[in-house]
Amino acid sequence: MNYSKKVMDHFAHPRNVGDMPDANAVGTVGNQKCGDIMKMMMKIENDIIVDCKFQTFGCGAAVATSSMATELVKGKTVQEALQLSNKAVMEALDGLPPVKVHCSVLAEEAIRAALVDYYKRQGIDPEPIVGCSGECSECHHDHGHGEEEEE
Amino acid sequence: MEDRFVYADNAATTPIDPRVLEKMMPFLTTEYGNASTLYSLGHSSHDAMEEARKEVALLMNADPGEIYFTGCGSESDNMALRGWMHSKQNKGKKHLITTCIEHHAILHTAQALEKEGFEVTYLPVDKHGMVELEVLEKAIRPDTAMVSVMFANNEIGTVNPIAEIGKLCREKGIIFHTDAVQAYGHVPVDVKAMNIDILSISGHKINAPKGVGAIYIRKGILLNQLITGGGQEKGRRAGTENIASIVGLGEAARIKRETMEEETAYLRKLSRKLIDGVTKFPQTILTGHPTERLPGTCSFCINAIEGESLVLMLDFNGICASTGSACSTGSLDPSHVLLGIGLTHEIAHGSLRLTLGMQNTEEDVDYILERLEQVVKTLRAMSPIWHE
Repeated sequence: MNYSKKVMDHFAHPRNVGDMPDANAVGTVGNQKCGDIMKMMMKIENDIIVDCKFQTFGCGAAVATSSMATELVKGKTVQEALQLSNKAVMEALDGLPPVKVHCSVLAEEAIRAALVDYYKRQGIDPEPIVGCSGECSECHHDHGHGEEEEE
Repeated sequence: MEDRFVYADNAATTPIDPRVLEKMMPFLTTEYGNASTLYSLGHSSHDAMEEARKEVALLMNADPGEIYFTGCGSESDNMALRGWMHSKQNKGKKHLITTCIEHHAILHTAQALEKEGFEVTYLPVDKHGMVELEVLEKAIRPDTAMVSVMFANNEIGTVNPIAEIGKLCREKGIIFHTDAVQAYGHVPVDVKAMNIDILSISGHKINAPKGVGAIYIRKGILLNQLITGGGQEKGRRAGTENIASIVGLGEAARIKRETMEEETAYLRKLSRKLIDGVTKFPQTILTGHPTERLPGTCSFCINAIEGESLVLMLDFNGICASTGSACSTGSLDPSHVLLGIGLTHEIAHGSLRLTLGMQNTEEDVDYILERLEQVVKTLRAMSPIWHE
């Protein structure tokens, strides 16, 4: 199993890693039993994501997809960030090995979960806007092999 | 410390000893004869192979006639399990006993036998990864044909009470096989004193090349043939012999016979230092038996970080290590060995195995400790579940 240069770069030098105590949108997905947990923290002002940070427990791909996801949503509007797909994260990383595709799914879900939290904090029901929050089950993300295979 | 390269994955494979390579070289160049031929070019191949057989036998107190060369440890394991369960001598007995922490060469072979209609009991082990004699005794049935228990575990290094298991099996008249791939050349192995009937070994774990293994089959035991063809290895394993590698295995066995005691003392000292250092990290445990373990095997679980990340970051520092985390197995589950010793998924995800060899020095251990501490701190700083 080989990671692309981009994956290794984002793993070795993760962008936007660390805690953000004053975040106004926080989402955590995954669980320790499955071996990866992603926590996304955002500062959203006037519907724009002005800052985004992450903390991740997981493999190289989990760290790299978290890092790339923060890069992809920073400066974007909430609506734009909601459109972020796991495929876009994977493409930005020049692909992932088939067994690691679930990491990109987790990154997409973590972003979504943070945005759900953002709406909730404002007393807005996120369901009609966001749909599934990505937090509906304990360990639902797909470790499936090659379903959305890259390359 | 300054950057350096530290190979600390000697349980995965070992470098070829220069003395071994030197002994092999003629058989890769000028002495290319087929050992089965009548002319004199083939004789040197034949003689060198028989010399190697003697050396391999000596290191386990077997007779040379009880040693058969194979392509690898996995082949030897397949030969043992399939060979005996299918053997006419087995008289139709259907039951095999093994353990839940065996190497996949055993586990997957046992599972294949189950599909053929054989019944397999996978013994649980204690929290150190050791087979308990009473548990084994209770699992024995009138139709038990074979017991296969690994000599030493490849992930956590625990050494099983092989002599006791051998004695029990011999008393019960059950064939006892042990996968000694990790043990042979590293701890004393004595097939006679330990009542071992069949034993598997591999060359590349003892500084011989990859692609050569051997199986010890006690005199009088007839296994069903796995690879049919020519009459090599007294008709038990067909295929033109890999003379150069066999010579390498023999030389490696000779060297280990002369140096094992000294190596054991050296590796135990290095391992002690490494284990003492790593277990001082917060929320970090040693896995496997505290004392009954392979001299060079150091295995840990480090809380709140994931093994693959750990191994990748150690690689950035020039350190070769391995892990049994789920990400390394390509599934949701961490290694069966770590789960087999009762660790939770959560703990097992942080597994790290460092296996030292004779090329490692005390400076290497200092370097590992320094860099590992930094890597653990870095990964914990980005982990959402790390709490001091």
